Amino acid sequence: MDKNKRLDLSYSQMKWETIFKRILSVMSAIIVIVVAGVLITLVVESWPSIKSLGIGYLWGKVWDPVNNIYGAYPFLIGTLLTSFTALIISIPFSYAIAIYLGEYNPKGWLSDLLKNTIELIAAVPSIIYGFWALFVLVPVVRSLETKIHVAPYGVGVFTASLVLAVMIIPYAAALGTSLIRMVPSPLKEGAYALGATRFEVIRSVILPYTRSGLFAGILLSLGRALGETMAVTVLIGNTSAIANTFKDIFFGPGNTMASVIANEFAEADHALYLSALIELGLVLFFVTVIINLIGKRIITRYTNN
Amino acid sequence: MDARIGIRNTKSILFKSFIIFLAFVVTLPLIIVLLYIIKQGVMQVNWHFLTHVPAPEGEKGGGIANALVGSLLIVGMSSLVAIPVGILAGIYLSENPGTKLAYYSGLCVDILQGVPSIVMGIVVYFWIVKPFGFSAISGSIALAIMMLPIVIRSTEQTLLLLPPSLKEAALSLGVPYHRVILKVIVPCGFAGILSGIILSIARIIGETAPLLFTALGSNYLSTNVTGAMESLPHLIFTYATSPYDDQHDLAWGASFILLMFVLILNIVTKLITRKWKIQL
Repeated sequence: MDKNKRLDLSYSQMKWETIFKRILSVMSAIIVIVVAGVLITLVVESWPSIKSLGIGYLWGKVWDPVNNIYGAYPFLIGTLLTSFTALIISIPFSYAIAIYLGEYNPKGWLSDLLKNTIELIAAVPSIIYGFWALFVLVPVVRSLETKIHVAPYGVGVFTASLVLAVMIIPYAAALGTSLIRMVPSPLKEGAYALGATRFEVIRSVILPYTRSGLFAGILLSLGRALGETMAVTVLIGNTSAIANTFKDIFFGPGNTMASVIANEFAEADHALYLSALIELGLVLFFVTVIINLIGKRIITRYTNN
Repeated sequence: MDARIGIRNTKSILFKSFIIFLAFVVTLPLIIVLLYIIKQGVMQVNWHFLTHVPAPEGEKGGGIANALVGSLLIVGMSSLVAIPVGILAGIYLSENPGTKLAYYSGLCVDILQGVPSIVMGIVVYFWIVKPFGFSAISGSIALAIMMLPIVIRSTEQTLLLLPPSLKEAALSLGVPYHRVILKVIVPCGFAGILSGIILSIARIIGETAPLLFTALGSNYLSTNVTGAMESLPHLIFTYATSPYDDQHDLAWGASFILLMFVLILNIVTKLITRKWKIQL
């Protein structure tokens, strides 16, 4: 090869290097652009509602699109109630899985089997949970409701929470497992050497040591629960009116922010109605993003120490 | 003294049994749902079911060919967009950990991961459906955006685990940077990247919410990606809430097929990660 040709070749290689590096940067800039685009679209499209309904929109108690009255309170209550009920039901189970897989049985086929099964719970599409629950769980809940003397709708906040609880267990459980496995063994051995039983080691060494990490896992589960759409839409009964007593709200039909968007977005026939729905989406976006980022921040800080 | 030790030991044993009980109870709902779907769905599935479109309301028979073809097309198109973008962005993140762009795009990946799928549906509705009408493409874009964070993170994490000496050896031989990445780094992390891709496909194939206002749904077998298109999860949603028993049967069959897809994709991921001993 003569000298000129070799120079040409290395010159073209260098050009390719620059192009390749530029492509990489562009691709990762795309992610930033997409997120910015999502935010801008939500704000712009919900602007008519933000402007004309103001901040009072969030605690307006009546949602009546026919008469152009919009209040998000029923959906906020519905979302918070389903998510927190689901969270409270799921916490003991996710903690139990985390403690079992992290401390009692971290290796071996049984541990692997349980771990894979828990991961599968998160893999099953939410619409399938909704469909199953509509035909199997709803009749069970209905007969339960007859027994405790509330209106036997079957569908409603309570049913949605039950299904949601199962769906969010894997998130906190997986994180908790890996964090409990990371507890330094000298700490545990020290406690054992002092004569502590296994339960005492878990209670006074492992759980305090992993407290903030387990909390982060709960936040991730909560973020999942708040945004979950399909299973809830199928099961919650879709009523925008709020009942008078807590018992009726809890067992009766309701609506969450996600489910009202899923149900009414396609029907929204005038600008303010559509815009009010998008504002719900904007609120949902902010709440889930903040919860997720706090959770992730706690995890990074925790794993770095 | 002895009695107190006895009490503490009993407490410890009781606690352990309680934990084991709770941990294994969680598998019950999954097993019940799986068995029920299999029981209801497996009877529906036959050749006719896979190759015909749904019968009109109230009539027996028909199949889910439209949803099957639609789902494969929509997910295929999302993969075409999300896989290259995701892998390249993941390479950037693992190669330039300190830069400002890496910080912001890492942050945005975290944000995207938390965005509820229904919100993605609304946004893509305004981006694509409002100017061009309902189309399979718009559904694919919504799903592609949901795929991105998983592909990016798995690529990034796989590549970070590779020993730096690999890259250094190749560079010291005078191999240009892009060839080092494409011919050395990516092939070495191939298994991890691949399992991330499969996992992301398993995640989006069951997504319904982003398709509600984008791909919409259709009763006809269609391969026109600029028109409305049915998909498995959307079909299940529509027919699950319909009053007709025949449509419920179609939905059970579709649920069975969808579940099998998801299970197989997850098992494949598990096998890959086990064979190459990688962690996601």
